[in-house]
Amino acid sequence: MERLDGRKYDELRPVEMKVGVLKHADGSALVKLGKTVALAAVYGPRELNPRHMQQSDRAILQCNYSMAPFSTMERAKPGPTRRSVEISKVTREALEPALFLNDFPRTTIDVYIVILQANAGTRTAGINAASLALADAGIQMRDLVTSVAAGKIDGHYVLDLTGEEEEITECDLPIAYMPREKKFTLLQMDGKISEEDVKNIINLAVKGCEILYEYQKKALYEKWAKEGFE
Amino acid sequence: MNIQKRYISGHILKGMRLDGRKYDEYRKIEIEVNLIKQAEGSARVKIGDTEVIVGVKLEVGEPFPDTPNEGILVVNAELSPVASPEFELGPPKEDAIELARIIDRGIRESKCIDLEKLCIKEGEKVWMIMVDIQPLSQDGNLIDASGIAAITALLGTRMPKYENDQVIYEEKTDEKLPIRDIPIPVTCAILDNKLIVDPNLEEEEVMDGRITVTTTSDGKICALQKGNACAISLENIEEAIKISLKKGKEMREMIKNLYKL
Repeated sequence: MERLDGRKYDELRPVEMKVGVLKHADGSALVKLGKTVALAAVYGPRELNPRHMQQSDRAILQCNYSMAPFSTMERAKPGPTRRSVEISKVTREALEPALFLNDFPRTTIDVYIVILQANAGTRTAGINAASLALADAGIQMRDLVTSVAAGKIDGHYVLDLTGEEEEITECDLPIAYMPREKKFTLLQMDGKISEEDVKNIINLAVKGCEILYEYQKKALYEKWAKEGFE
Repeated sequence: MNIQKRYISGHILKGMRLDGRKYDEYRKIEIEVNLIKQAEGSARVKIGDTEVIVGVKLEVGEPFPDTPNEGILVVNAELSPVASPEFELGPPKEDAIELARIIDRGIRESKCIDLEKLCIKEGEKVWMIMVDIQPLSQDGNLIDASGIAAITALLGTRMPKYENDQVIYEEKTDEKLPIRDIPIPVTCAILDNKLIVDPNLEEEEVMDGRITVTTTSDGKICALQKGNACAISLENIEEAIKISLKKGKEMREMIKNLYKL
């Protein structure tokens, strides 16, 4: 038994990561996982308007996840959907634990994620890209946040589902994970599985995150080793 | 807020909660069913001073193209200012959307509604189940109150008469919705790496985060959601699942007794 695209059960799709891809953003990154492509831009810490939203003891983090209209087979209507509002929220909550927001009172850090191509795993690709973009912006972090989903197909636990696999999986369980801290910052699940399945799928996703972590570090080295640290 | 947090978490580390509950103890739960006459199904759930009404309305509409022979489930939540001074008027914000989507996921993924039985004419007409969540008092743990109210309302829903392509809302039939399971969401707050089930408002205000696990009657897990900007350990997740399986069972029995199922 093989997977539809010939991968092993615990194998990620081909990964490509690049930071500093946008001229005007303070930090940016492009992450490709198979046919899923996510772009993230970070601005800030910068002044927060309206002023009544300012927090006197910390920065606020604002995240927006959106899908480009051409990113799906059937055109995705522009503008927020209930799905994208929820993903924006869980993305913010996945990234915030990695930041030291108290260092920048009264400011905002804005993260914009655009999915250019969608083939499952867009929220997780977006989080990987956003985390890289935050690091690229020079914002101090406890750790990089890595993210991937896993599921269960025909009794096998499978890592990093494609769109085709998402149709047949018993569940879709995305996580975000800080490998150095060994802590989870995003956990969601759709499907119907046993307690044991949950544990095994989480462990598989953690393995995927540890691999993605190396790709993330490499992407940062590639830009910053070339340009040099100030 | 920091002082309050230290105070509450100091107690929790000693195994105490300010209202005297144990870490895995819910506040008192009260359920009332079919209280809204205009709705096809309804339930009011009180957990302590948290109160939610869920109404179920049925409509006939076109199925989605990819599921031409299945009925449609729509879950919506309206966080009206009647329930809390923190809630504002206007289009649903992320908290309302997340609440509705957690409840939706629990019901949908448990497959508790046999949606194929709600097809009237394939590709043309199906029943649409509209589940509307209306909190009346937010005193902590709206998620569980809403989830219990939603499934309780669905279990008590009676189909209206359908004749000559018309829904006659005035006449309810004895026919119930095809429901075959009772998914229950159980939410734990996480405070300094400790879990406490069913956080009240003062606990919610200081918690680092929360985790909601929805379970079904065969002991499976059908939805997970971590909330708030916090980082949690694998042990937290495993413990939340254990608590949810245990509490879900108790609550399922309570709902079954209510309907004498």
